Amino acid sequence: MNLALSDEQVFLREAARGALSRFKTIEAAREALDGNGGAMPDLWPTACEAGWPGLLIDEAHGGAGLDAFDAMLVLGECGRVLAGVALLGHLPATAILGDPPGAAPDLAALASGEKRAAYLPAQPPTDTDERWTTDPASGMRRSPAPIASASGSDGFAQVSGSVAFVPDAPGADVLVGVALQGGHPVGVAIHADDPGVRIEPVHRYDATRSLGHVTLKDARAVVLDAPESALVGAWYLAQALIAAESLGSVETALEVSVAYAKERFTFGRAIGSYQAVKHSLTEVLRQLENGRSLLYYAGWARTGAPQEFALAASAARSVAGRALDQASRTMISVHGGIGATWEHDAPLYFRRAQLSRRLLGGTGGATDRVAGELMAQAA
Amino acid sequence: MDLDDTPEQAAYRAQVRGWLDEHKREAPIVGDPTHPDAIEDEQQIIAARRAWQGKLAEGGLAGVTWPKEYGGQGLGPIEQVICNQEIARAKVPGILDAIGVGMLGPTIIAHGTEEQKARHLGPMLHGDEVWCQLFSEPAAGSDLAAVQTRARQQDDGSWRLSGQKVWTTNAQFASYGLLLARTDPDVPKHKGLTMFVVPIDAPGVTVRGLRQISGEAEFNEVFFDDVAVEESAVVGGVGNGWGTGLTTLMFERVTIGLGSEGLGYNSARFAAAIASDEHARRDPQVRHQLGEIASELLAVRFTGYRTLSALQKGQVPGPEAGLAKVTIVNGAINAGALIADVLGPDALDEDSQWAYMISFLPGLKSAGGTEEILRNTIGERVLGLPPEPRLDKGIPFSELRSKEAAAA
Repeated sequence: MNLALSDEQVFLREAARGALSRFKTIEAAREALDGNGGAMPDLWPTACEAGWPGLLIDEAHGGAGLDAFDAMLVLGECGRVLAGVALLGHLPATAILGDPPGAAPDLAALASGEKRAAYLPAQPPTDTDERWTTDPASGMRRSPAPIASASGSDGFAQVSGSVAFVPDAPGADVLVGVALQGGHPVGVAIHADDPGVRIEPVHRYDATRSLGHVTLKDARAVVLDAPESALVGAWYLAQALIAAESLGSVETALEVSVAYAKERFTFGRAIGSYQAVKHSLTEVLRQLENGRSLLYYAGWARTGAPQEFALAASAARSVAGRALDQASRTMISVHGGIGATWEHDAPLYFRRAQLSRRLLGGTGGATDRVAGELMAQAA
Repeated sequence: MDLDDTPEQAAYRAQVRGWLDEHKREAPIVGDPTHPDAIEDEQQIIAARRAWQGKLAEGGLAGVTWPKEYGGQGLGPIEQVICNQEIARAKVPGILDAIGVGMLGPTIIAHGTEEQKARHLGPMLHGDEVWCQLFSEPAAGSDLAAVQTRARQQDDGSWRLSGQKVWTTNAQFASYGLLLARTDPDVPKHKGLTMFVVPIDAPGVTVRGLRQISGEAEFNEVFFDDVAVEESAVVGGVGNGWGTGLTTLMFERVTIGLGSEGLGYNSARFAAAIASDEHARRDPQVRHQLGEIASELLAVRFTGYRTLSALQKGQVPGPEAGLAKVTIVNGAINAGALIADVLGPDALDEDSQWAYMISFLPGLKSAGGTEEILRNTIGERVLGLPPEPRLDKGIPFSELRSKEAAAA
């Protein structure tokens, strides 16, 4: 039994923290929301320098050959400072392209970061919905996954459909996702500059996150050799990554709130000495620790117990999503009125929480999946 | 990062499993009324489980972490967990005196005299003498240092004990108790305390069962009416009772941290109960609640593994282990409520497997430290938040009552 970070993992995390500290990501987030010319810093060159684009690609194809947990550590550091590094879109895409190893074109360019991929999230069937579905542009009704024509003799197929709120789609070189071909799910890779592809950037509540609505109309796609398990796994990898990112944001929200609770005095006492404040902060810590434990579970399960990865990643997403919701609200409350103003960072974490909760099938979707997985095991 | 045994751990597991395979037919059948050989009489259950603990001790499956010189195996917490897992897998009862072997024995090993160790540890480990923990009182729970049970030293050096303890598990069949008493009321409250070994059959000791919401009496009140104990009954020195007690509470955290799943509050069991109802298993609201509860309970399992990994590296678990207790208790409370909502009033019938749990949990919320005191401790020790202002610092215990009255 060893459920602790290795020296290499501690180094990876510290290096990520150091690399991201060179940018004023939080100030940029506020300026970008103001809309007067402020833009988020381009962190992709930093990611390439650090080798993050190739984290999950094997060494033979220029990657680092690491596992989900290592990627989760990097995403956690991004979440701490609300950095948008395009890994949420890129990494699940490389997981599909790299399975089986070396089957997909351009893997080396994707490992180095010379090219960037975006994952078109598709939710695998559940015990109550047998379809592959994607997030809709509005409303509760999920969209069917894109449809692929039969493959031509050149190995290409035409794919049509729409996927809304695709992380990191704007500016991506290649889109990787799931399409139904003759009713069966297949992995597809589509060049973003194909005439059949339209990517509409979506500027939303949280300016630190790049999103796009993707519409495919007879887009020319390579049908990949990826097994169905890789298509299913990519969805849960995305769940685990957004969970890790969220918990990174929880860490900062808690640290900032605790520091303030020690220095702000009312009625002659630091507010952190009052049980009402102290208990609300320990509640955030409780949820953070639960989330951390589930990151270990998901990180271990992806290769250690693949049959449990869906459960582990969904549980991590569920707990982490709720933790960020709670942490960002607590951050505002502990700071009092100032916490709800534009001058403070708390609203930026609140915005991050609100939007994250509704992406990639939603925190609620992950919670439902936990119930479904456990009841299926019980049957 | 992995959850697999090292070769040494695998060898130990095989050894434990081998012993259990050979001896499990000798284990008493308890807790399964449908089994033809089930023992139902309470006295007989205790006698059978005592004897079984003796066998476990002979086989090296009790006191795994105790030093060899006191009859233990001299192994680490990870081997203790492997042993617990194998006992659960073999579906046999564990040791009867988990409080003695898990918490009180290690306290005596840490603070007791050589005579105390020689006299008490062997019979404790083998289940010949069961122990109970005499700490909490009606007016001293979260504020444990407020104990009022009074120990007065006599001219010959012996002591006389008077007072009342409460929430005492196993006192009805215990031979000894480890008791925290006030020996000097004229110093601040943490300083005037002393720990004693007390024979429960001593004249003046009265044990009375305390019935709970479920109707059962698993705990006791224990009364001390001028009970005489010898000078040699002091553990850890006169006036050092608080420090000695902290050792016990540290072992309590380890025991709770490593044994929480043993309570049966786990996500798979709760999910199976919901899944048995065709309508409930498709109801979005039920699924959502189950998913939230189950995610947190799953987390606690891996928090346990994290604790274990830390213990393996020689780190001592801190008060944050208390957060796992908060999660387990509240998760199980919510699960009980959800399952009863699904099953209806039948879930509350005496023969339902859920009624006892539902009745037991409100009390468990306060056991081993109330949720509020745990959150205080964690907020202060882990997050470093300032403590509550308190009125009892540096004030002799004997003057506290008048201070409290003045503040009221």
